[in-house]
Amino acid sequence: MTDSPTNRLTHPRIDATCTIITRELAVGFGRHRIVDDVNIHTHPGDLVTLVGTNGSGKSTLLKTLAGMIPPIAGSVEVLGAAPGTSPTRVAYLPQHPVSSHTLPLRARDVAAMGRYAHLGLFGRETTADRRVVHEVLRRTGVDDFADQPLRDLSGGQQQRTHLAQVLAREAEVLLLDEPTAGLDIVGKRAVADIVAAERARGVTVVMATHDLADAESATAVLLLAQRVVAFGPPNLALRDENLRECFGFTQPH
Amino acid sequence: MNPLSDWFIEPFSANEFMRNALFASILVALVCALSGTYVVLRGLAFVGDALAHGVIPGIAVALLAGVSGVVGAAVSAVVMMGGVTLITRRSRLSGDTAIGLLFVGMLALGVIITSRSESFVGDITRILFGELLGVSTSALWWQVAALVIVGAAARIAHRPFVLMSLDEGLARTSGYSTSLFHGLLLAMVALTVVASFRTVGTLLVLGMLIAPAASGALLARRVSTMMAIAAAYGIASGYLGLLASYHFDLASGASIVFVAVVLFALTAAVKSLASRRDDADEIPHQHVHVHAH
Repeated sequence: MTDSPTNRLTHPRIDATCTIITRELAVGFGRHRIVDDVNIHTHPGDLVTLVGTNGSGKSTLLKTLAGMIPPIAGSVEVLGAAPGTSPTRVAYLPQHPVSSHTLPLRARDVAAMGRYAHLGLFGRETTADRRVVHEVLRRTGVDDFADQPLRDLSGGQQQRTHLAQVLAREAEVLLLDEPTAGLDIVGKRAVADIVAAERARGVTVVMATHDLADAESATAVLLLAQRVVAFGPPNLALRDENLRECFGFTQPH
Repeated sequence: MNPLSDWFIEPFSANEFMRNALFASILVALVCALSGTYVVLRGLAFVGDALAHGVIPGIAVALLAGVSGVVGAAVSAVVMMGGVTLITRRSRLSGDTAIGLLFVGMLALGVIITSRSESFVGDITRILFGELLGVSTSALWWQVAALVIVGAAARIAHRPFVLMSLDEGLARTSGYSTSLFHGLLLAMVALTVVASFRTVGTLLVLGMLIAPAASGALLARRVSTMMAIAAAYGIASGYLGLLASYHFDLASGASIVFVAVVLFALTAAVKSLASRRDDADEIPHQHVHVHAH
Protein backbone atom coordinates (compact mmCIF):
# COMPACT_ATOMS: atom_id res chain seq x y z
CA MET A 1 0.00 0.00 0.00
CA THR A 2 2.81 2.40 0.87
CA ASP A 3 3.87 2.38 -2.75
CA SER A 4 0.55 3.53 -4.12
CA PRO A 5 1.03 6.91 -5.78
CA THR A 6 -1.68 8.56 -3.72
CA ASN A 7 0.03 7.77 -0.45
CA ARG A 8 3.38 9.12 -1.48
CA LEU A 9 1.95 12.55 -1.97
CA THR A 10 1.27 13.39 1.66
CA HIS A 11 3.71 11.93 4.11
CA PRO A 12 6.47 9.56 3.21
CA ARG A 13 5.05 6.54 4.98
CA ILE A 14 2.41 5.02 7.11
CA ASP A 15 3.78 4.64 10.62
CA ALA A 16 2.71 4.34 14.23
CA THR A 17 2.04 8.07 14.52
CA CYS A 18 -0.69 8.01 11.85
CA THR A 19 -4.02 9.32 13.09
CA ILE A 20 -6.19 8.11 10.21
CA ILE A 21 -5.38 5.25 7.86
CA THR A 22 -7.70 4.02 5.11
CA ARG A 23 -6.86 1.16 2.79
CA GLU A 24 -8.92 0.56 -0.35
CA LEU A 25 -11.82 2.02 1.55
CA ALA A 26 -15.22 2.03 -0.18
CA VAL A 27 -17.93 4.20 1.34
CA GLY A 28 -21.66 4.49 0.72
CA PHE A 29 -25.06 3.66 2.14
CA GLY A 30 -26.20 0.05 2.34
CA ARG A 31 -25.04 -1.57 -0.86
CA HIS A 32 -24.86 1.71 -2.74
CA ARG A 33 -21.19 2.55 -3.18
CA ILE A 34 -20.41 6.23 -3.58
CA VAL A 35 -16.62 6.30 -3.52
CA ASP A 36 -14.19 3.41 -3.96
CA ASP A 37 -10.56 2.88 -3.24
CA VAL A 38 -9.82 5.70 -0.82
CA ASN A 39 -6.23 5.38 0.42
CA ILE A 40 -5.25 8.17 2.74
CA HIS A 41 -3.24 8.52 5.89
CA THR A 42 -2.72 11.47 8.16
CA HIS A 43 -0.38 12.56 10.92
CA PRO A 44 -1.00 14.88 13.86
CA GLY A 45 -1.34 18.47 12.67
CA ASP A 46 -2.40 17.51 9.13
CA LEU A 47 -5.29 19.15 7.35
CA VAL A 48 -6.95 17.10 4.63
CA THR A 49 -9.62 18.93 2.67
CA LEU A 50 -12.27 17.05 0.76
CA VAL A 51 -13.25 18.89 -2.39
CA GLY A 52 -15.97 17.97 -4.88
CA THR A 53 -19.49 18.70 -6.02
CA ASN A 54 -22.61 17.91 -4.02
CA GLY A 55 -23.07 14.17 -4.02
CA SER A 56 -19.41 13.52 -4.75
CA GLY A 57 -18.97 11.55 -1.53
CA LYS A 58 -17.40 14.11 0.83
CA SER A 59 -20.06 13.80 3.51
CA THR A 60 -20.28 10.04 3.10
CA LEU A 61 -16.56 9.69 3.69
CA LEU A 62 -16.71 11.95 6.76
CA LYS A 63 -19.66 9.97 8.14
CA THR A 64 -17.67 6.78 7.66
CA LEU A 65 -14.66 8.26 9.48
CA ALA A 66 -17.01 9.37 12.27
CA GLY A 67 -18.40 5.85 12.59
CA MET A 68 -21.93 6.91 11.63
CA ILE A 69 -22.04 4.46 8.72
CA PRO A 70 -19.99 1.28 8.30
CA PRO A 71 -17.46 1.05 5.49
CA ILE A 72 -18.59 -1.06 2.53
CA ALA A 73 -15.17 -2.49 1.80
CA GLY A 74 -11.55 -1.97 2.70
CA SER A 75 -10.30 -0.89 6.08
CA VAL A 76 -10.31 2.29 8.08
CA GLU A 77 -8.59 3.14 11.35
CA VAL A 78 -9.01 6.32 13.34
CA LEU A 79 -6.50 6.72 16.17
CA GLY A 80 -5.66 3.06 15.87
CA ALA A 81 -9.23 1.84 16.35
CA ALA A 82 -12.46 1.37 14.43
CA PRO A 83 -14.31 4.62 13.65
CA GLY A 84 -16.78 5.71 16.31
CA THR A 85 -15.05 3.88 19.15
CA SER A 86 -13.16 6.88 20.58
CA PRO A 87 -15.87 9.47 21.22
CA THR A 88 -13.68 11.57 23.50
CA ARG A 89 -10.86 11.81 20.97
CA VAL A 90 -12.78 12.37 17.71
CA ALA A 91 -15.31 15.13 17.07
CA TYR A 92 -17.60 15.40 14.07
CA LEU A 93 -19.44 18.46 12.77
CA PRO A 94 -22.33 17.36 10.54
CA GLN A 95 -23.34 19.43 7.57
CA HIS A 96 -26.69 20.82 8.64
CA PRO A 97 -27.25 20.06 12.27
CA VAL A 98 -30.96 19.90 12.87
CA SER A 99 -32.10 22.83 14.94
CA SER A 100 -35.63 22.46 16.17
CA HIS A 101 -37.88 25.43 16.52
CA THR A 102 -38.93 24.52 20.04
CA LEU A 103 -35.58 23.49 21.48
CA PRO A 104 -34.98 25.42 24.70
CA LEU A 105 -31.20 25.48 24.54
CA ARG A 106 -29.01 28.55 24.78
CA ALA A 107 -25.93 28.81 22.59
CA ARG A 108 -23.72 28.21 25.66
CA ASP A 109 -25.66 25.05 26.53
CA VAL A 110 -25.20 23.71 23.01
CA ALA A 111 -21.46 24.37 23.24
CA ALA A 112 -21.29 22.74 26.68
CA MET A 113 -22.85 19.58 25.20
CA GLY A 114 -19.47 19.06 23.57
CA ARG A 115 -18.23 17.94 27.01
CA TYR A 116 -20.87 15.17 27.29
CA ALA A 117 -18.58 12.66 25.58
CA HIS A 118 -16.11 13.14 28.44
CA LEU A 119 -18.66 13.43 31.23
CA GLY A 120 -20.66 10.29 30.42
CA LEU A 121 -24.00 9.83 32.17
CA PHE A 122 -23.04 10.82 35.68
CA GLY A 123 -19.78 12.79 35.52
CA ARG A 124 -19.96 16.14 37.26
CA GLU A 125 -19.08 19.19 35.23
CA THR A 126 -15.85 20.53 36.75
CA THR A 127 -14.25 23.94 36.72
CA ALA A 128 -11.92 22.60 34.03
CA ASP A 129 -14.92 21.67 31.83
CA ARG A 130 -16.42 25.10 32.30
CA ARG A 131 -13.09 26.72 31.46
CA VAL A 132 -12.88 24.74 28.20
CA VAL A 133 -16.40 25.84 27.23
CA HIS A 134 -15.69 29.44 28.17
CA GLU A 135 -12.56 29.39 26.03
CA VAL A 136 -14.26 27.95 22.91
CA LEU A 137 -17.12 30.44 23.25
CA ARG A 138 -14.52 33.18 23.11
CA ARG A 139 -12.56 31.67 20.22
CA THR A 140 -15.64 31.15 18.08
CA GLY A 141 -17.19 34.50 18.94
CA VAL A 142 -20.25 32.75 20.35
CA ASP A 143 -19.83 34.62 23.66
CA ASP A 144 -21.51 37.63 21.99
CA PHE A 145 -24.82 35.74 21.93
CA ALA A 146 -24.16 32.90 24.38
CA ASP A 147 -27.35 33.45 26.40
CA GLN A 148 -29.71 33.52 23.43
CA PRO A 149 -31.68 30.41 22.61
CA LEU A 150 -30.46 28.53 19.56
CA ARG A 151 -33.79 29.07 17.79
CA ASP A 152 -33.31 32.87 17.79
CA LEU A 153 -29.88 32.74 16.15
CA SER A 154 -29.11 33.36 12.50
CA GLY A 155 -27.84 30.49 10.36
CA GLY A 156 -24.26 31.71 10.64
CA GLN A 157 -24.52 32.08 14.43
CA GLN A 158 -25.96 28.57 14.70
CA GLN A 159 -23.08 27.26 12.60
CA ARG A 160 -20.54 28.92 14.89
CA THR A 161 -22.33 27.50 17.93
CA HIS A 162 -22.08 23.98 16.53
CA LEU A 163 -18.41 24.53 15.78
CA ALA A 164 -17.91 25.68 19.39
CA GLN A 165 -19.50 22.41 20.54
CA VAL A 166 -17.11 20.38 18.38
CA LEU A 167 -14.09 22.28 19.74
CA ALA A 168 -15.30 21.86 23.32
CA ARG A 169 -14.67 18.14 22.97
CA GLU A 170 -10.92 18.85 22.75
CA ALA A 171 -10.53 15.99 20.31
CA GLU A 172 -7.41 14.83 18.53
CA VAL A 173 -9.23 14.34 15.23
CA LEU A 174 -11.75 16.85 13.90
CA LEU A 175 -14.09 15.82 11.09
CA LEU A 176 -15.75 18.97 9.77
CA ASP A 177 -18.42 18.90 7.11
CA GLU A 178 -18.47 22.34 5.52
CA PRO A 179 -17.76 24.34 8.66
CA THR A 180 -17.78 27.61 6.71
CA ALA A 181 -21.19 27.09 5.09
CA GLY A 182 -23.41 30.08 5.79
CA LEU A 183 -20.60 32.18 7.22
CA ASP A 184 -19.61 35.62 6.00
CA ILE A 185 -16.04 36.57 5.16
CA VAL A 186 -15.19 37.35 8.81
CA GLY A 187 -16.65 34.05 9.93
CA LYS A 188 -14.70 32.17 7.26
CA ARG A 189 -11.46 33.82 8.33
CA ALA A 190 -12.26 32.95 11.96
CA VAL A 191 -12.77 29.28 11.05
CA ALA A 192 -9.50 29.23 9.10
CA ASP A 193 -7.71 30.67 12.17
CA ILE A 194 -9.34 28.10 14.45
CA VAL A 195 -8.33 25.24 12.13
CA ALA A 196 -4.77 26.57 12.03
CA ALA A 197 -4.66 26.83 15.84
CA GLU A 198 -5.98 23.28 16.24
CA ARG A 199 -3.37 21.97 13.82
CA ALA A 200 -0.67 23.76 15.76
CA ARG A 201 -1.82 21.80 18.83
CA GLY A 202 -1.28 18.58 16.84
CA VAL A 203 -4.94 18.01 15.96
CA THR A 204 -5.68 16.24 12.68
CA VAL A 205 -8.41 18.01 10.71
CA VAL A 206 -10.40 16.48 7.85
CA MET A 207 -12.68 19.07 6.34
CA ALA A 208 -15.14 19.04 3.47
CA THR A 209 -15.35 22.36 1.69
CA HIS A 210 -16.63 24.08 -1.42
CA ASP A 211 -14.11 26.83 -1.00
CA LEU A 212 -10.88 26.17 -2.89
CA ALA A 213 -9.19 28.86 -0.77
CA ASP A 214 -9.65 26.56 2.26
CA ALA A 215 -7.86 23.84 0.36
CA GLU A 216 -4.73 25.82 -0.35
CA SER A 217 -3.42 25.72 3.21
CA ALA A 218 -4.03 21.97 3.48
CA THR A 219 -1.46 19.24 3.86
CA ALA A 220 -3.37 17.31 1.25
CA VAL A 221 -6.48 17.66 -0.88
CA LEU A 222 -8.75 14.76 -1.74
CA LEU A 223 -10.60 15.63 -4.92
CA LEU A 224 -13.80 13.60 -5.22
CA ALA A 225 -16.35 13.00 -7.96
CA GLN A 226 -17.94 9.76 -6.78
CA ARG A 227 -14.44 8.43 -7.08
CA VAL A 228 -11.00 9.68 -6.10
CA VAL A 229 -9.92 12.11 -8.82
CA ALA A 230 -6.74 13.17 -7.07
CA PHE A 231 -5.11 13.05 -3.68
CA GLY A 232 -2.05 15.03 -2.80
CA PRO A 233 -0.62 18.41 -1.87
CA PRO A 234 -2.86 21.28 -3.00
CA ASN A 235 -0.59 22.47 -5.81
CA LEU A 236 -0.71 19.01 -7.41
CA ALA A 237 -4.24 17.91 -6.56
CA LEU A 238 -5.85 21.20 -7.61
CA ARG A 239 -4.29 21.28 -11.08
CA ASP A 240 -6.60 22.48 -13.83
CA GLU A 241 -7.08 19.10 -15.48
CA ASN A 242 -8.14 17.61 -12.14
CA LEU A 243 -10.55 20.45 -11.43
CA ARG A 244 -12.00 20.16 -14.93
CA GLU A 245 -12.49 16.46 -14.43
CA CYS A 246 -14.06 17.05 -11.03
CA PHE A 247 -16.34 19.96 -11.78
CA GLY A 248 -16.57 19.81 -15.58
CA PHE A 249 -19.43 17.38 -15.97
CA THR A 250 -21.59 18.45 -13.05
CA GLN A 251 -22.74 21.79 -11.73
CA PRO A 252 -20.18 23.31 -9.43
CA HIS A 253 -22.02 24.72 -6.46
CA MET B 1 -67.79 32.30 55.39
CA ASN B 2 -65.22 33.66 53.04
CA PRO B 3 -66.61 33.24 49.54
CA LEU B 4 -63.13 32.99 48.01
CA SER B 5 -61.97 30.16 50.21
CA ASP B 6 -65.40 28.54 49.86
CA TRP B 7 -64.85 28.41 46.15
CA PHE B 8 -61.12 27.66 45.92
CA ILE B 9 -60.24 25.67 49.04
CA GLU B 10 -63.36 24.23 50.60
CA PRO B 11 -63.96 21.59 47.89
CA PHE B 12 -60.65 19.99 48.86
CA SER B 13 -60.71 20.57 52.61
CA ALA B 14 -64.23 19.17 52.96
CA ASN B 15 -63.99 16.12 50.68
CA GLU B 16 -61.45 13.33 50.89
CA PHE B 17 -62.19 12.21 47.32
CA MET B 18 -61.32 15.70 46.09
CA ARG B 19 -58.08 15.70 48.08
CA ASN B 20 -57.08 12.34 46.64
CA ALA B 21 -58.02 13.56 43.17
CA LEU B 22 -55.83 16.62 43.66
CA PHE B 23 -52.88 14.52 44.85
CA ALA B 24 -53.36 12.15 41.92
CA SER B 25 -53.42 14.98 39.40
CA ILE B 26 -50.34 16.59 40.95
CA LEU B 27 -48.50 13.28 40.60
CA VAL B 28 -49.70 13.00 37.00
CA ALA B 29 -48.49 16.55 36.34
CA LEU B 30 -45.04 15.76 37.74
CA VAL B 31 -44.51 12.45 35.94
CA CYS B 32 -45.85 13.94 32.70
CA ALA B 33 -43.54 16.96 33.04
CA LEU B 34 -40.53 14.63 33.17
CA SER B 35 -41.49 12.35 30.27
CA GLY B 36 -43.37 14.99 28.31
CA THR B 37 -40.38 17.33 28.16
CA TYR B 38 -38.28 14.75 26.34
CA VAL B 39 -41.22 13.62 24.19
CA VAL B 40 -41.76 17.21 23.03
CA LEU B 41 -38.03 17.83 22.54
CA ARG B 42 -37.74 14.70 20.42
CA GLY B 43 -41.00 15.32 18.55
CA LEU B 44 -42.45 11.97 19.59
CA ALA B 45 -46.01 13.05 20.44
CA PHE B 46 -47.46 10.60 17.94
CA VAL B 47 -45.53 7.68 19.40
CA GLY B 48 -46.72 8.76 22.85
CA ASP B 49 -50.28 8.68 21.59
CA ALA B 50 -49.78 5.19 20.20
CA LEU B 51 -48.45 3.96 23.54
CA ALA B 52 -51.38 5.55 25.37
CA HIS B 53 -53.95 3.82 23.16
CA GLY B 54 -52.00 0.60 23.03
CA VAL B 55 -52.62 -0.11 26.70
CA ILE B 56 -56.41 -0.20 26.31
CA PRO B 57 -56.78 -3.91 25.39
CA GLY B 58 -54.59 -4.91 28.32
CA ILE B 59 -56.65 -2.90 30.77
CA ALA B 60 -59.84 -4.34 29.29
CA VAL B 61 -58.61 -7.92 29.65
CA ALA B 62 -57.47 -7.22 33.20
CA LEU B 63 -60.86 -5.78 34.12
CA LEU B 64 -62.69 -8.78 32.63
CA ALA B 65 -60.37 -11.16 34.47
CA GLY B 66 -60.76 -9.23 37.69
CA VAL B 67 -57.07 -8.29 37.86
CA SER B 68 -55.75 -4.80 38.49
CA GLY B 69 -55.91 -2.60 35.40
CA VAL B 70 -52.35 -1.48 36.08
CA VAL B 71 -51.06 -5.01 35.44
CA GLY B 72 -52.92 -5.24 32.14
CA ALA B 73 -51.74 -1.79 31.13
CA ALA B 74 -48.14 -2.65 31.95
CA VAL B 75 -48.24 -5.87 29.91
CA SER B 76 -49.76 -4.25 26.85
CA ALA B 77 -47.44 -1.25 27.15
CA VAL B 78 -44.51 -3.62 26.76
CA VAL B 79 -46.17 -5.26 23.73
CA MET B 80 -46.90 -1.85 22.25
CA MET B 81 -43.33 -0.62 22.78
CA GLY B 82 -42.10 -3.67 20.91
CA GLY B 83 -44.58 -2.92 18.12
CA VAL B 84 -43.59 0.72 17.84
CA THR B 85 -39.88 -0.12 17.89
CA LEU B 86 -40.33 -2.82 15.25
CA ILE B 87 -42.33 -0.50 13.01
CA THR B 88 -39.95 2.46 13.27
CA ARG B 89 -37.04 0.17 12.52
CA ARG B 90 -38.60 -1.85 9.71
CA SER B 91 -40.75 0.55 7.73
CA ARG B 92 -39.01 3.88 7.60
CA LEU B 93 -41.24 5.34 4.92
CA SER B 94 -44.64 4.62 6.37
CA GLY B 95 -43.83 4.82 10.07
CA ASP B 96 -46.64 7.28 10.72
CA THR B 97 -49.17 5.21 8.84
CA ALA B 98 -48.18 1.97 10.51
CA ILE B 99 -48.12 3.47 14.02
CA GLY B 100 -51.48 5.14 13.35
CA LEU B 101 -52.97 1.81 12.31
CA LEU B 102 -51.41 0.05 15.28
CA PHE B 103 -52.96 2.42 17.79
CA VAL B 104 -56.40 2.57 16.21
CA GLY B 105 -56.31 -1.23 16.00
CA MET B 106 -55.47 -1.47 19.70
CA LEU B 107 -58.29 0.97 20.53
CA ALA B 108 -60.77 -1.14 18.53
CA LEU B 109 -59.51 -4.31 20.19
CA GLY B 110 -59.94 -2.70 23.60
CA VAL B 111 -63.53 -1.75 22.83
CA ILE B 112 -64.27 -5.25 21.47
CA ILE B 113 -62.89 -6.90 24.60
CA THR B 114 -64.77 -4.52 26.86
CA SER B 115 -68.01 -5.15 24.96
CA ARG B 116 -68.00 -8.69 26.41
CA SER B 117 -68.37 -7.14 29.84
CA GLU B 118 -71.83 -6.59 31.33
CA SER B 119 -71.00 -3.09 32.47
CA PHE B 120 -69.65 -2.17 29.03
CA VAL B 121 -70.40 1.56 28.98
CA GLY B 122 -69.10 2.18 32.48
CA ASP B 123 -65.93 0.16 31.88
CA ILE B 124 -65.00 1.75 28.57
CA THR B 125 -65.71 5.23 29.92
CA ARG B 126 -63.45 4.60 32.89
CA ILE B 127 -60.65 3.30 30.66
CA LEU B 128 -60.84 6.12 28.16
CA PHE B 129 -61.54 9.04 30.47
CA GLY B 130 -60.29 7.93 33.87
CA GLU B 131 -62.01 7.82 37.24
CA LEU B 132 -60.27 10.60 39.04
CA LEU B 133 -62.87 11.00 41.76
CA GLY B 134 -62.53 7.34 42.72
CA VAL B 135 -58.74 7.28 43.20
CA SER B 136 -57.72 5.20 46.20
CA THR B 137 -54.75 5.80 48.48
CA SER B 138 -52.98 2.67 47.20
CA ALA B 139 -53.30 4.01 43.65
CA LEU B 140 -51.56 7.17 44.82
CA TRP B 141 -48.64 5.10 46.12
CA TRP B 142 -48.34 3.40 42.72
CA GLN B 143 -48.14 6.83 41.17
CA VAL B 144 -45.42 7.88 43.60
CA ALA B 145 -43.43 4.77 42.71
CA ALA B 146 -43.80 5.51 38.99
CA LEU B 147 -42.71 9.09 39.56
CA VAL B 148 -39.57 7.95 41.37
CA ILE B 149 -38.65 5.50 38.59
CA VAL B 150 -39.32 7.98 35.79
CA GLY B 151 -37.38 10.63 37.69
CA ALA B 152 -34.42 8.29 38.10
CA ALA B 153 -34.51 7.41 34.39
CA ALA B 154 -34.58 11.10 33.49
CA ARG B 155 -31.63 11.75 35.78
CA ILE B 156 -29.64 8.92 34.21
CA ALA B 157 -30.45 9.67 30.60
CA HIS B 158 -30.70 13.46 30.61
CA ARG B 159 -27.49 13.99 28.61
CA PRO B 160 -28.19 11.49 25.82
CA PHE B 161 -31.82 12.67 25.63
CA VAL B 162 -30.73 16.28 25.13
CA LEU B 163 -28.06 15.27 22.61
CA MET B 164 -30.64 13.22 20.69
CA SER B 165 -33.12 16.08 20.65
CA LEU B 166 -30.49 18.23 18.95
CA ASP B 167 -29.27 15.52 16.59
CA GLU B 168 -29.35 11.74 16.88
CA GLY B 169 -25.98 11.40 15.18
CA LEU B 170 -24.48 13.73 17.77
CA ALA B 171 -25.56 11.40 20.56
CA ARG B 172 -23.97 8.48 18.73
CA THR B 173 -20.67 10.24 18.04
CA SER B 174 -20.63 11.29 21.71
CA GLY B 175 -20.57 7.62 22.67
CA TYR B 176 -24.23 7.04 23.63
CA SER B 177 -26.29 4.19 22.20
CA THR B 178 -29.27 5.85 20.54
CA SER B 179 -31.35 2.67 20.32
CA LEU B 180 -30.84 2.00 24.04
CA PHE B 181 -31.87 5.51 25.07
CA HIS B 182 -34.72 5.66 22.57
CA GLY B 183 -36.02 2.46 24.14
CA LEU B 184 -35.60 3.95 27.60
CA LEU B 185 -37.65 6.99 26.62
CA LEU B 186 -40.42 4.75 25.26
CA ALA B 187 -40.37 2.84 28.55
CA MET B 188 -40.63 6.11 30.49
CA VAL B 189 -43.63 7.14 28.40
CA ALA B 190 -45.22 3.73 28.85
CA LEU B 191 -44.76 3.91 32.62
CA THR B 192 -46.17 7.44 32.62
CA VAL B 193 -49.24 6.23 30.75
CA VAL B 194 -49.71 3.29 33.11
CA ALA B 195 -49.36 5.58 36.12
CA SER B 196 -51.71 8.23 34.76
CA PHE B 197 -54.51 6.44 32.96
CA ARG B 198 -56.67 6.02 36.06
CA THR B 199 -56.58 9.75 36.63
CA VAL B 200 -57.20 11.25 33.20
CA GLY B 201 -57.86 8.16 31.08
CA THR B 202 -55.94 6.64 28.20
CA LEU B 203 -57.56 8.91 25.65
CA LEU B 204 -56.64 12.09 27.48
CA VAL B 205 -53.26 11.27 29.02
CA LEU B 206 -51.52 12.55 25.90
CA GLY B 207 -52.89 16.01 26.69
CA MET B 208 -51.12 16.00 30.05
CA LEU B 209 -47.98 14.59 28.47
CA ILE B 210 -47.76 17.18 25.69
CA ALA B 211 -49.61 20.39 26.56
CA PRO B 212 -47.68 21.49 29.70
CA ALA B 213 -44.32 20.50 28.17
CA ALA B 214 -45.17 22.35 24.96
CA SER B 215 -46.04 25.45 27.00
CA GLY B 216 -42.68 25.08 28.75
CA ALA B 217 -40.88 24.83 25.40
CA LEU B 218 -42.47 28.11 24.31
CA LEU B 219 -41.30 29.99 27.39
CA ALA B 220 -38.03 28.38 28.46
CA ARG B 221 -34.46 28.88 27.35
CA ARG B 222 -33.19 25.85 29.23
CA VAL B 223 -34.39 22.27 29.45
CA SER B 224 -34.56 22.36 33.26
CA THR B 225 -36.72 25.49 33.12
CA MET B 226 -38.94 23.86 30.52
CA MET B 227 -39.49 20.93 32.87
CA ALA B 228 -40.27 23.22 35.82
CA ILE B 229 -42.76 25.23 33.77
CA ALA B 230 -44.34 21.99 32.53
CA ALA B 231 -44.78 20.81 36.12
CA ALA B 232 -46.27 24.14 37.21
CA TYR B 233 -48.67 24.23 34.25
CA GLY B 234 -49.67 20.62 34.86
CA ILE B 235 -50.38 21.23 38.55
CA ALA B 236 -52.33 24.41 37.75
CA SER B 237 -54.35 22.48 35.16
CA GLY B 238 -55.12 19.78 37.71
CA TYR B 239 -56.25 22.25 40.33
CA LEU B 240 -58.31 24.47 38.03
CA GLY B 241 -59.79 21.49 36.19
CA LEU B 242 -60.87 19.85 39.44
CA LEU B 243 -62.43 23.09 40.68
CA ALA B 244 -64.39 23.50 37.46
CA SER B 245 -65.43 19.89 37.58
CA TYR B 246 -66.61 20.24 41.21
CA HIS B 247 -68.53 23.49 40.86
CA PHE B 248 -70.08 22.91 37.46
CA ASP B 249 -70.46 19.15 37.69
CA LEU B 250 -68.19 18.37 34.72
CA ALA B 251 -66.15 15.29 33.86
CA SER B 252 -62.99 15.73 35.95
CA GLY B 253 -60.26 14.18 33.77
CA ALA B 254 -61.52 15.95 30.67
CA SER B 255 -61.73 19.28 32.53
CA ILE B 256 -58.08 19.00 33.58
CA VAL B 257 -56.86 18.18 30.09
CA PHE B 258 -59.01 20.92 28.62
CA VAL B 259 -57.50 23.49 31.00
CA ALA B 260 -54.00 22.26 30.07
CA VAL B 261 -54.71 22.73 26.36
CA VAL B 262 -56.30 26.16 26.93
CA LEU B 263 -53.27 27.25 28.97
CA PHE B 264 -51.04 26.15 26.11
CA ALA B 265 -53.13 28.08 23.57
CA LEU B 266 -53.08 31.22 25.75
CA THR B 267 -49.31 30.92 26.23
CA ALA B 268 -48.75 30.51 22.51
CA ALA B 269 -50.99 33.53 21.76
CA VAL B 270 -49.31 35.77 24.34
CA LYS B 271 -45.89 34.63 23.20
CA SER B 272 -46.59 35.36 19.53
CA LEU B 273 -48.04 38.79 20.40
CA ALA B 274 -44.98 39.58 22.50
CA SER B 275 -42.52 38.51 19.83
CA ARG B 276 -44.42 40.53 17.23
CA ARG B 277 -44.07 43.59 19.43
CA ASP B 278 -40.35 42.82 19.91
CA ASP B 279 -39.87 42.63 16.18
CA ALA B 280 -41.59 45.96 15.66
CA ASP B 281 -39.52 47.64 18.38
CA GLU B 282 -36.13 46.32 17.48
CA ILE B 283 -34.02 46.90 14.44
CA PRO B 284 -35.08 44.08 12.12
CA HIS B 285 -32.70 41.18 12.45
CA GLN B 286 -32.53 37.88 10.78
CA HIS B 287 -34.44 35.01 12.33
CA VAL B 288 -33.68 31.59 11.08
CA HIS B 289 -36.14 28.98 12.21
CA VAL B 290 -35.39 25.50 11.08
CA HIS B 291 -38.34 23.22 11.52
CA ALA B 292 -37.40 19.69 12.33
CA HIS B 293 -40.87 18.24 12.08
